[in-house]
Parts: sequence; structure tokens; C-alpha cells
Amino acid sequence: MLKKRLIPVLLLQNGLLVRSELFSIHQVLGNPIHEVERFNHWSVDELIYLDISRDDRYDLGRDDTRVRGLTDRLGILQEVAKTCFMPLTWGGRIRTVEEMRERIARGADKITLNTAAVRTPELITQGARVFGSQAIVVSIDSKRLPDGTLEVFIDGGRTATGLHPADWAREVERLGAGEILLQSIDRDGAGEGYDLPLISAVASVTTIPVIACSGVGRYEDYAEGIRAGASAVAAANIWHFKELSDRGGKRALAKAGIDIRT
Amino acid sequence: MSRSAAIAIIDYGMGNLSSVHNAFDALDCPSTIAAQPAQLREAAGIVLPGVGAFGDGMRNLRERGFIEELEKQVRDGGKPFLGLCLGLQLLATRGFEHGENAGLNWIPGVVERLQLPPGLRVPHIGWNDVRFVKKDLLYTGLGEMHAFYFVHSFAFRPDDPRVVSGVCEYGGEFVASIEFENISATQFHPEKSHQHGLSVLRNWARKVAAPC
Repeated sequence: MLKKRLIPVLLLQNGLLVRSELFSIHQVLGNPIHEVERFNHWSVDELIYLDISRDDRYDLGRDDTRVRGLTDRLGILQEVAKTCFMPLTWGGRIRTVEEMRERIARGADKITLNTAAVRTPELITQGARVFGSQAIVVSIDSKRLPDGTLEVFIDGGRTATGLHPADWAREVERLGAGEILLQSIDRDGAGEGYDLPLISAVASVTTIPVIACSGVGRYEDYAEGIRAGASAVAAANIWHFKELSDRGGKRALAKAGIDIRT
Repeated sequence: MSRSAAIAIIDYGMGNLSSVHNAFDALDCPSTIAAQPAQLREAAGIVLPGVGAFGDGMRNLRERGFIEELEKQVRDGGKPFLGLCLGLQLLATRGFEHGENAGLNWIPGVVERLQLPPGLRVPHIGWNDVRFVKKDLLYTGLGEMHAFYFVHSFAFRPDDPRVVSGVCEYGGEFVASIEFENISATQFHPEKSHQHGLSVLRNWARKVAAPC
């Protein structure tokens, strides 16, 4: 049987590892290079790194002890890849096929597109043609509006698109995406569990795997995400604030009767 | 061990080679990335990795002059060979991804799209159990079954079932690995399958007399 996957999402901002809340509050956790071996030895099924730095901060190079431009960011990836013997997905600020190639050449197995996919949807198709659909993950950031409806946001949650996540998901599949990383802006860092109707709305209209993310506060939340239709469950903050969070997460999934890799 | 006796990883423009190289590094097993066919002559063993379409893979191997050298080293010379993912599929007679393409035809058979009942998602991405049919080379010391990481939509159907060393289930049984004389190959990615994947690579490397 194909196993359901458990995936940590590690957020990088200006070269440092951070935790995130509501896509806007970020707390520094440490140096990714020093911590990478720890992540690589977790008994998890994949790793997703997202560079959530904003362009302007990088361009101004305000903190030159942390960030030394583009090569440094790719340098982090190269270090991560050296001891990562599981699938590695890299995302954030990827705008061109050439930028995909640079990341895949340094050890990423998959790249994720988010803002660029909405602005230039043909990038999904171009990437899939060059690297295969399996290498193209489209990340969808969804927000629940005051009236309860769902909308896709880009630019790190700052720009509304007018797209419904289910419609956009169906479209990215048609364009050649191999997986969807589904995030919820209002659940980010809240620890209240996944937005289950969102997961089920997207998973029910797509045939590619959906990776659920945002909102995990307890290990039991993972199983709910799987039941809502996700093929893989991801989380960010829980990995940094609980001891042995890999084993705890796997144990809770197994207890819920979900077939996982032990 | 001299540098010349290293494992050669063929670079033919099909996917992420550095992860295979990193895996052999982690095993303290010397390997080199070979962009020139001549580099295969000195190698103790040859690895053909690869992610991508069947037709592109064969065309790239041909255009870079690898096919003739591979035939000489592996088929005529009996050099140990390990195919990974697309590197397994290219062993077939023919592949049917984006039209029909001729393969290396070292192991007669065809590469066809996974036949899936409705409801199963393609590609087959993720960790799935491989049941070991042969246990004395790639799977030495690994017991009966373990989960490995797969990413593919096509699978190899060899004419002769005796070449199969591991099988996997996804909507039906398919070939997870091949072991036949000096040729080994896996449909899954051992370099992405944690410690059991590294064990598969180490087992193969030991057999090819690389000291690791």
C-alpha cells in the first residue's frame, strides 16, 4: 500500500530558520545549516523548505552577516541536500525555468511555485515539460474571507487573486503540476487544526496528491487532514516546539489506523 | 582504492545526479559523475540514474555517445550496473511514454503506463512496500519487505519473470527491481529512501568490490 506521508515544512527568512503566524509574524529559530542534520535524521518522509524572504529585504541586503545574496541561498540548499536522503522540495521566489534548474541542480527533487504560478501560469507547464510533473509542486495559499468563502492569495498572503482554491487547484493540475501544497493563511500558526473543508474542496476536484498544511497544533490533527482527502500531511511550527515530534506524529497517525512508513 | 576504480554515475541530462553522488559520499564510497563515455572504462561499477521521459532519456544517452560504451562495458565486459528509476526502464526493449521508443533492450520487455483502477492518483508518488523476491544482493540483510520512495507513472514488464527481484503493489502488482547477472535496477529511489535505501546502495557497492 502507498503510505500517507508526514512532512515538516521549514521556513527560511533572510537565511535564517523562522516560525510563522498568520503569514505575517515571524520569529527567528536558528541557523538552518546548523540544524539541518537534525531535520535530515528525523524519521519523516520528506522535507519542504520554503524561502519566505521578501524580495526587497534581500535586494537591500540589510543584514549582510546573514545574507550574502543569491549564491548564499542556494548554498543553504546545497548543504541541506548533502545529508538529506529523502525527497527534498524547495520553494520561494522562483520565477523562471532557469531558477528551477538552479535549485534542482543543487539537490532539490521538486520545486514549488506559488505567486509566479498565478502571475504566469504557463511556467507550470514549462517546468513540467523540462523536469517532469513530479518535480513541480504548486503551493496554494488560501484565506477564508469574513463571509466564510475561500480565496487564493499571493505575495506571501498580501495580494488577493479572485481565484477560488478549488478552481485554481483544478487548473494547476491541468497545466501539469504534480502535487499541490495547500496552505491556509488564517490557520497559519494557530494550532487549531487544518481547515478541513478547504482540504476536501481541493482534494475532491483533483487527482494529483494534495499536501495539507497550516494549523496543526496536536498530533491528532494529522489524521483529520488525511481523512479530509490529503495524501500527505505537513506542518511547520509543531516541529520546533515539541520534543520527538517525528515519532509523536507518526504514532498518532498509526493509532488512527492510517498506513504510514514506520 | 584508487580514484579510477570509483563508481561512475552517468550524467546524461536527466534529473538530479547530486543526490546519488551525495548518497555514495555518505557511505564513504568513492563515486564520480561521468559526463564523458570514456570515464565508464575506468569505473568499477556504473550507475544510470534518471528522472524524466523514456524517449528523452534514450535520445540523450545516444547523443552523448553513452550507448556504445555501455554495451561494451556492461553487456560485453560484465561490469556491474545499477539503474535507478528511468535507469531501470531504459533496460527494456520498448517504452510507451509519449509514443513508442526503442530502449537498450538488455532485458526484453516493455515499459507501460501503470494500469490503475479509478480513484488512485497518478503519478505513483511516495513510500510503498517492496516485497523482496531475491534477497542475496540488493536486499541482503533487509528481511522480507521495506518501504522505499517511488515517483513514476510507468512501469517495466519484463518478458522473463525470473529477472524480478522485488515487487510492489499500486492498483496491481508491478516490478520494483530487477537483478539479472551483472545488471541490477530499481524503480524506486534508494538515494531518497532513508537508511534502507542507503543499505541497498551499500549492498550493490560491496558486490562491485567498492570498499564501503
